[in-house]
Amino acid sequence: MASKKPIISLTEIKKDYQTGDVTTQVLKGISLSIYPGDFVAITGPSGSGKSTLMNIVGVLDTPTHGKYILNGSDITDLSEDELADVRNREIGFVFQSFNLLSRASALENVCLPAIYAGTSSKDREEKAMQLLTKVGLAERVHNKPNQLSGGQQQRVAIARALMNNPEIILADEPTGNLDTKSGDDVMNILKELNKNGKTIILITHEHDIAKQAKKIIHIKDGLIIN
Amino acid sequence: MDINELIRLSLRALIANKLRSVLTTLGIIIGVFAIILLVSLGSGLQKYITAQISSLGSNLIFVIPGAPGGARSPGGIVANKLLLSDAQTLSFRLKNIADVAPVIQQAATVKYKNKTDKGVSVAGSTYNYNQLLNIPIEKGISFTKAQEQSGAKVVIVGQTLVTKLFDGGDPIGKSIIVGNSRFTIIGILAKRGSVFGIDEDNTIGMPITIAQREFGINNVNVIYLSAKSPDLIPTVMDQATRILLRRLSADDFNLQTQDTALSTINNVTNILSIALGGIASIALLVGGIGVANIMLVSVTERTKEIGLRKALGAKRKDILLQFLLEAVMLSVGGGLVGIILGLGASLIIAKIFVSQVTPWSIFLAFSFSVAVGVIFGMAPAIKASKLSPIEALHYE
Repeated sequence: MASKKPIISLTEIKKDYQTGDVTTQVLKGISLSIYPGDFVAITGPSGSGKSTLMNIVGVLDTPTHGKYILNGSDITDLSEDELADVRNREIGFVFQSFNLLSRASALENVCLPAIYAGTSSKDREEKAMQLLTKVGLAERVHNKPNQLSGGQQQRVAIARALMNNPEIILADEPTGNLDTKSGDDVMNILKELNKNGKTIILITHEHDIAKQAKKIIHIKDGLIIN
Repeated sequence: MDINELIRLSLRALIANKLRSVLTTLGIIIGVFAIILLVSLGSGLQKYITAQISSLGSNLIFVIPGAPGGARSPGGIVANKLLLSDAQTLSFRLKNIADVAPVIQQAATVKYKNKTDKGVSVAGSTYNYNQLLNIPIEKGISFTKAQEQSGAKVVIVGQTLVTKLFDGGDPIGKSIIVGNSRFTIIGILAKRGSVFGIDEDNTIGMPITIAQREFGINNVNVIYLSAKSPDLIPTVMDQATRILLRRLSADDFNLQTQDTALSTINNVTNILSIALGGIASIALLVGGIGVANIMLVSVTERTKEIGLRKALGAKRKDILLQFLLEAVMLSVGGGLVGIILGLGASLIIAKIFVSQVTPWSIFLAFSFSVAVGVIFGMAPAIKASKLSPIEALHYE
């Protein structure tokens, strides 16, 4: 492992939030490296800063201080649109509340990241079909999210995360809204993806879920404590 | 993101909120409809008046009282110093004219047996009036030069008069009372219709001599001159001015041709068209504010969607175009419906009143509606494009 270059490298990441005159430091200097093929669970109690960390790792937010090297390039000083491009190409998101577009079919939801990547409609529909088949929803491609169960919706979201073939899958409490059976299905898919080489970063406060990862990072009061 | 994808996306969002989209579009429809219709009315009016003036005899010059350029004496009344003798002088001295017809105009009440027609427009003129001004006589004849000079009490009547006093029966040879005297009907004028509620058939014509005596006036309202050819119009105007200046001052009269009369009227109708279009544009502006309003609501409602799109890689421009296109589609859709309705209404109105559809008003209305979409859609679209992905994603 040590010989490989990290895919994610955070150095002394700090994040301050300003509320009126009060500055709150949510992350107080986090340094960590994640290597290709890792399956890392970031865990901690609510208010620990794990959501903020996940936003920074997912390039949805920028740190106040520190350095972030993603896949070999420093992304700390990129513009908003360049960050959008990085998210589009490098990271697949899976959210707790699925975040599917309610008016769009499963297929169209899966296609979404490819639209912003500029993939032709024929190519992206082919790819989306393959991915939906892989997550076991070949029969449901034309269903709208409200015609799907929670587990099925989250599988659509995973297919969407894989659309642009990113190296990193960032899953924020992916089983939080699911029953145990559906949660297990989702975790199995993530494990399968990891086995095939994807780097998985899982944010969760559930111990049972966290321990299924290969490595656990505990966060408390804005610092890593293990 | 390609344009087809954007159009599909925007259409779907608009269809998802059908009622709201239709109501928003309604504001634009009304604005565009009003522009097309009012501009059509304005240019229809212009066309009508132009046709009226052009239908008068050819190579006409009008001598009218008052200073050139329409300057008025205090109180706004023109002191009319034109006399019948001026017409006679012009007729006698001008070499290049085909004809001269002085006219006096009065309103009078006309009676026949127990029936009355009030507010009849009486034109007293010379025997050649109808021929000079191209007003055909449908039945009977006009009065002769001899009748004109002797002041014979004969009249030619318009169609409205025939209907009102004779129930449409044949009035020729009957005698009617105009003012205080009895006149014999010798001819009926061809129907001319009405414009702006002024009935051009509620009229009678009589010899100018008897009209002066009957109404107790010496002035004439207008003297028509017709030049022998179009080339001679400037010469005739020149000579006529010199002749009239011997008795009158330059502020007492002015000369107009069909061309100058037309350009004066065109100025007025152009201003009218612009004013009407301007009023209609206000309606369109209000429609645009409606679009901006609904787009702001839509951006707020779809904050989470915007956050998701940004998280998945949408750039500012992608979000901006998505919302801008929705606004433009609303306003252009409204614009197209408004144009169709406006055209329909103009065509219907053209049958009963004056109305003429002008291509530039369609072009104007369409570009206005596009501009309204862009201008009023811009602020909400910029607002959407600036949302931060994390805040938007966590928006409930």
